[in-house]
Amino acid sequence: MNQTLPSKTRGPIIRNWLIGAALIVLFIWALSGLHFEGIQEYGAQVMGSIWEGFTHPDWGYVYMPEGEDLLRNLLETLVISILGTFISAFLCIPFAFWASANMSRIRAVSASGKFVLTVIRVFPEIIMAILFIVAVGPGAFAGVLALGVHSIGMLAKLYSETIEAVDEGPREALLACGASKMQVLRFAILPQVIPQFLSYALYRFEINIRSATVLGLVGAGGIGTPLIFALQTRDWSRVGIILLGIVILVIIIDLISGWLRRRII
Amino acid sequence: MTPAPTPETAEVGAPPPPPSKKPAPTLDSKGPQRYKTLGTWLLFILLLVACFIRIDANILDLFSQGARDNMSRILGEMLRPDWSYASHIWKPMIETVQIAIVGTVIGSVLAVPVALLSATNVIPKKIVTIPVRMVLNLVRTVPDLLFAAIFVAVFGIGAFAGMLALVFFSFGLVAKLTYEAIEAIDPGPLEAMTAVGANKIQLIVFGVIPQALPYFFSYVLYTFEVNVRAAAVLGFVGAGGIGLHLDQQLNSLRYDRASTIILLTLVIVLLIDYASTYLRRKLL
Repeated sequence: MNQTLPSKTRGPIIRNWLIGAALIVLFIWALSGLHFEGIQEYGAQVMGSIWEGFTHPDWGYVYMPEGEDLLRNLLETLVISILGTFISAFLCIPFAFWASANMSRIRAVSASGKFVLTVIRVFPEIIMAILFIVAVGPGAFAGVLALGVHSIGMLAKLYSETIEAVDEGPREALLACGASKMQVLRFAILPQVIPQFLSYALYRFEINIRSATVLGLVGAGGIGTPLIFALQTRDWSRVGIILLGIVILVIIIDLISGWLRRRII
Repeated sequence: MTPAPTPETAEVGAPPPPPSKKPAPTLDSKGPQRYKTLGTWLLFILLLVACFIRIDANILDLFSQGARDNMSRILGEMLRPDWSYASHIWKPMIETVQIAIVGTVIGSVLAVPVALLSATNVIPKKIVTIPVRMVLNLVRTVPDLLFAAIFVAVFGIGAFAGMLALVFFSFGLVAKLTYEAIEAIDPGPLEAMTAVGANKIQLIVFGVIPQALPYFFSYVLYTFEVNVRAAAVLGFVGAGGIGLHLDQQLNSLRYDRASTIILLTLVIVLLIDYASTYLRRKLL
């Protein structure tokens, strides 16, 4: 047995070594292509002041009576992600039905729907935010629209997978007793998919709250705007408190959303 | 009016948020259940109205004359991409992919020991696994662009900051997915090896790694897909790649050129997605 084993496994072993070598070559090629001349030589010093700032956050920024403080910006971030998720959870339903294979007899219909969703999904939200800023001006509304449109791509894909997985029994039963298309949708399809839809919308909400924190970097409202100002002015203690605020907000939202999702399903 | 409003949606049991106007009574809906449903609905609508008031958004803004003019101008220019510009952007495009490759590889390699440390079937001590997981969760709360913005402030503008951002981001993602895969492996071989007296290192090398490796590679590929998309926008905060050029073209209102960049990025991302999905299907 000892003699037969190597000859059997030699092929895959050689193949694995070749794949490994190819990966290393790829990595070296990628590494050699990057030019790191931009690294600042006083990096260590900067690190020191960052550490100083992060260990002494600017607590005064948490609440300021006259406005533009941490809490208000975090609230705006939260509001942007709630509205963005709500809009996309609404808008993606027709897309989801378009892309589900069991909702249309012609395969090209659902295939085209899936392709459109892929294109929406790979279109980055930051670029969408910039385009909406040009349209409606900088501010939270542009962020809401960017999240609302971008989230359609992922939500509609997940929704359409849910629709494709529904139990055909109720639908056939309703069709057999003469229900109209709308009645089939209302009483056979929707009751089966809605808990899953809600769960996915909450999941997307968790992603959106993270995205909403960076939308401000390009001027689309939320906590990102004061963060980029603080970074540009090297105000590390303020950067520290903002990052702390973001981390706490995201953790709280994750906990609430996870709890809700467990309750729904 | 603080983050408090969200728990109110806790009551969203069965009813859908937007589509139908009113939850239609089903056969088994009883009185109290209906009041609860209605209450949930009212709270949800109140929450949304409060949100709209808070951001001071006017839906009509989107359809105002100015917005329509702007939109149609941008779209008009974007529909006529400037293909002659394509030859200028191959280099930054390759750099984008390179940032993604290096970031993914380094982040994933760093993730391996951490994933092993946080898997309870490898290290059955809660004192080790829980703190490691907490650190992982902390890392994952920070979005990649935020990492990039911070590293740009620390190390200066350039690809290095972007690569570091992706290292951190991939590290968090791969480590979490991998430790979950490790916890789901078949415990049989591990028990057999423990019974014949294997030490921890032997257990990991001969018991855990052969089972978890395909999953690990699959997650690395998935992370690579995510990272290519992320690398394409890292330039907006100055962290190298194609995003820098896109930002410049958008700022100088050259929407035809911006559209060329966006289209080419979409093509690259789709190609990498398809290749990676194909490889992942072969792996698992």
